[in-house]
Amino acid sequence: MEKPSTRVTRKALYERKLKRATHLLFYKRHRRPGVKGWELRKRLGSDYPKVLALLDAYLEKLDLQIKTAYEEGKPAEKPTLEQLDRARFFVTLRSGLTPRETKLSGWRIDDIAGLAIAVASIIARKGKTSRDEVESLLRDKLPGWRVDINLDRYIKAGYLSQDDNNQLYLDWRTRAEVDEKALVDLLLAVEGDNKEKTQ
Amino acid sequence: MYTMLLCPIQSHGAKVRWVSSQAKKKKSEEHLQRIIDVCKSIEERGLDPFAVDVEDLIEVVRDLFPEWESIDEYSLDSEAVNRLASVIKLQSDWIKHRSSSLYTDPFLIEEKLRKLSRETLARLFLNTWHPIIEMEQISPYSLIEAIKYWQALLPLDERWTKTGTFKTELGSTTRNALIAQRILAEQAFAEELETFWQELKQKAGSKEKILYWDFVGADTYEETSRRAYMTSFLVTYGYATLEIHRLEEETFIVPFSEPRSLVGKKQVISVPVSVSYEEWKQWKNRQHA
Repeated sequence: MEKPSTRVTRKALYERKLKRATHLLFYKRHRRPGVKGWELRKRLGSDYPKVLALLDAYLEKLDLQIKTAYEEGKPAEKPTLEQLDRARFFVTLRSGLTPRETKLSGWRIDDIAGLAIAVASIIARKGKTSRDEVESLLRDKLPGWRVDINLDRYIKAGYLSQDDNNQLYLDWRTRAEVDEKALVDLLLAVEGDNKEKTQ
Repeated sequence: MYTMLLCPIQSHGAKVRWVSSQAKKKKSEEHLQRIIDVCKSIEERGLDPFAVDVEDLIEVVRDLFPEWESIDEYSLDSEAVNRLASVIKLQSDWIKHRSSSLYTDPFLIEEKLRKLSRETLARLFLNTWHPIIEMEQISPYSLIEAIKYWQALLPLDERWTKTGTFKTELGSTTRNALIAQRILAEQAFAEELETFWQELKQKAGSKEKILYWDFVGADTYEETSRRAYMTSFLVTYGYATLEIHRLEEETFIVPFSEPRSLVGKKQVISVPVSVSYEEWKQWKNRQHA
């Protein structure tokens, strides 16, 4: 009598790894969302970049994607295994939100505009600018009393960080969620409209 | 007569020269400090790193270098070089950023940000924003843990019962009884420290210093630990200092004739000294040998 093969087929093995990767990436397990590369290597094996590529292809149908945030900025060439191990992986929306969907994020339209101003002005100043400068730009769009509150909110959410010298930087969430180059390109491409009055 | 007259004039001239050289040195130090401050402000406040002529400043630092004699002066010089190196790095980063695809004139961007309405800005941002998907869910394991906790929880009326107070009779005690119960020390700490200092001065004798282990070492390890503990206070409170000979690996305790407070006058550093049981054993064996 022929004994049934106990060896897991390659397909079944990857299916199992895909499920495990989905659980790891979707469910928040630490204070910050996402999973570090070394955690994925530990749970999925050294071929985790391949598992992530398969999962990314699958998520494309659902308008989702796997985003990698590198510790020291996106490498110019193909990332090394060490860089991948130190990077953090997230699942994000593949396309952007429509204005109607902004409610899903729980943010008001002027909160989003404020975030756009803060992020764009920091990018324009080589990733670092003083809080005073950002505040002065925000005062043009938001009522004065909300400027401080909003900036603190962006910092708390992980979009911006601030040092002891009141300098603002882009933080991990901006690197994970915002396409910095596209934002600058869109800003430069758009025609100016009539300046609105603050509330 | 002529010679006699000349001598005071010569000494006065030397003094004048010395005073003027000191004044020149002070000016040079101030110059160096200004260079450090300029570089620091560029670094910390994100100013334009090309606002300073680094080459010119390096030349100044180089010209001033022969004047330095003390360690403090050399430290100041190295700090200036270090700060200038940081400015050069900022310049290099600036050039890299400028040549990258992300570079755009900041004033142009700011102008756009001011001109565009909130709605347009939000719409633009939404096109480039890909929020993270994250889910929070309680697992069956956490549910079981929660049920166990809930079942073990006492009802509110039981939890909030006031803790009863114990009524005890008033009585009297003696100082000796309190010392026996270790509530009071036999000697006030300051008094004990003073006695310990006198002992150190006596043991240091004419050499005015004593090897650390020769002073703290005692017949028992407990007593050695206590002496090491007291010694640390002697040094901290300015009754003595440590003299460390790194090459010979020897540490001496040097008692002061009067307590000195070095806080705020000199940079105070902590010196970790290990007093382990093995070291105490080795010291004891050496004493018996």
